[in-house]
Amino acid sequence: MLRFILTRVSLVIPTFLGVTFLTFLLIRLVPGDPIEVRVGERGIPPERLEQLRRELGLDLPLWQQFLDYIGGVLTGDLGLSLVTRNPVISEFFTLFPATIELAVAAMLFATLVGLPAGIIAAVKRGSIFDHGVMGISLTGYSMPIFWWGLLLILFFSVGLGWTPVSGRLDLLHYVEPVTGFMLIDTLLAGEYEAFWSALHHLVLPMIVLGTVPLAVVARMTRSAMLEVLGEDYIRTAKAKGLASKRVIGLHALRNALIPVVTVIGLQVGTLLGGAILTETIFSWPGVGKWLIESINRRDYPALQGGVLLIATTVMAVNLLVDVLYGVLNPRIRHSR
Amino acid sequence: MTTEVKDTAIAATVPTSQPPHPLVEFWYHFRQNTGAMIGLAVILLIAFVALFANVVAPHDPNIQYREAILVPPVWQDGGSWRFVLGTDDIGRDMLSRLVYGARLSMMIGLIVVTLSLAVGLALGMVAGFFGGMVDVLTMRFMDILLSLPSLLLAVVVAAILGPGLVNAMLAVSIVVIPHYARLTRAAVMAETNKDYVIASRVAGAGPLRLMLVVILPNCVAPLIVQATLGFSTAILDAAALGFLGLGAQPPTPEWGTMLASSLQFLQRAPWVVTWPGVAILVTVLAFNLLGDGLRDALDPKLKR
Repeated sequence: MLRFILTRVSLVIPTFLGVTFLTFLLIRLVPGDPIEVRVGERGIPPERLEQLRRELGLDLPLWQQFLDYIGGVLTGDLGLSLVTRNPVISEFFTLFPATIELAVAAMLFATLVGLPAGIIAAVKRGSIFDHGVMGISLTGYSMPIFWWGLLLILFFSVGLGWTPVSGRLDLLHYVEPVTGFMLIDTLLAGEYEAFWSALHHLVLPMIVLGTVPLAVVARMTRSAMLEVLGEDYIRTAKAKGLASKRVIGLHALRNALIPVVTVIGLQVGTLLGGAILTETIFSWPGVGKWLIESINRRDYPALQGGVLLIATTVMAVNLLVDVLYGVLNPRIRHSR
Repeated sequence: MTTEVKDTAIAATVPTSQPPHPLVEFWYHFRQNTGAMIGLAVILLIAFVALFANVVAPHDPNIQYREAILVPPVWQDGGSWRFVLGTDDIGRDMLSRLVYGARLSMMIGLIVVTLSLAVGLALGMVAGFFGGMVDVLTMRFMDILLSLPSLLLAVVVAAILGPGLVNAMLAVSIVVIPHYARLTRAAVMAETNKDYVIASRVAGAGPLRLMLVVILPNCVAPLIVQATLGFSTAILDAAALGFLGLGAQPPTPEWGTMLASSLQFLQRAPWVVTWPGVAILVTVLAFNLLGDGLRDALDPKLKR
């Protein structure tokens, strides 16, 4: 087991180094250099320009810059934001819980709706329900989510007034951040009204971000179930007179879940990518919105650090899924 | 000698029947998929509109009718047949802008797919054919690109190259290269050790001939499917970049850009936001339907 885990971890290391190198190159591929681009046409005194360049280490030879960067990455120092002068890493981790809260909610939404929908579609193959689920999920998969968010705001927030338009919490409430997860913090503080407010704020972004994963989960569940339902052991289970609920819920679902869980794990990238759009539409104060703002403010160190940290998160989650998969499924563990 | 006998025996029992041409067989399977046929029809329609945009569009997409600002669509109060889908905040005809947007979106799809397919195909082919260190290095690099969420990578590339339609297309192309490379590599590796390839190799075919003439035609099916689905990814991602202000710049009638520039009229004039989104959704959905249909028709495992 340990050997399996270590192999998987060691396979990720070169990729991590590659991503680190890529993000290092990134900031240096900006035409001109980041300082000049940022300063723009306004112009600043040459000595100030020199000072800013020195701060970013742009005056050093390239190899030395790279070593410094790697050293920084390994010690958790990703430089300072050009705008706020705060360490990039602390800015990122202040905002990251908001993104995680949104992404986890979206994934829960996608799984809780997509799994049953896929199962029923497979069991009632060829029925109106099956066609409906497949049609809706292909539409969801094709959805430009930035537009979908606007439609939902138009209908539920503007039209019906059910949900707020943007943000995470009404201005009436203030909750001291402990975990950074609004739903948990409000409960910890015992502010139930604030909890409701936070929940109301979460609903629409959750649906918008969860739409594409929902479609993927529903389609995957359906096809995995269809495959499993054709197996001999299902026929045996049916033949020996088990209730069909038991056959579907226990015998079939368990085996169909393996590919579904993998797909859910692979959605992490989609979620973090989609968070950029969702957070921008709903003014959700997470890392996605922060990245776009960093780009608009030409804050390249922030962009660089943010990209590296998001890529690391994706890799870490994929690794975790990979390892969990091996733990749950001995056939994978012993295959190599 | 024995084979000759067999051949004549078969010929005697089935005298006239020939296997149908692969294209005929493909069409037979494809035609039965209603969704795919709808997708194909919609795509042909959009392609027609895109090609003849200057004839189809009732107005110039950039002319501002100052007397007709935010006119609603024809079926709403105050709408007129002059502007069937209404006008935007500076009096431009929505329908005409959508029609010209179709031209842009189809062009984006075509260029992105061609570019990424060409690069991905070359990388995947070389990696799969030669194996060894070349394979490891290429695929590791692809893994690195894949470890970044695709939209994030596209956003970053667009941010570095600077906003604009051409850069957005480049950004989206780079992001999808790994998918083609992986697919090609897998297909090439499956074919490389088959008898017909070894036979050609023994007959003296060089690596280029083996790759392009012998192996490639047998790897085309999954690539066609992926390229079709690639159209939808390209259109969707380019629109997302446009929406974020990193793609085509106003007044270009690109659908995502149109959405972004009319955001503040969401409440007053919902149609300026609704139509570009509908256009994106319908186009992307059509390509996904077509791609699914192609996969079913081209996949020999699923053929009955």
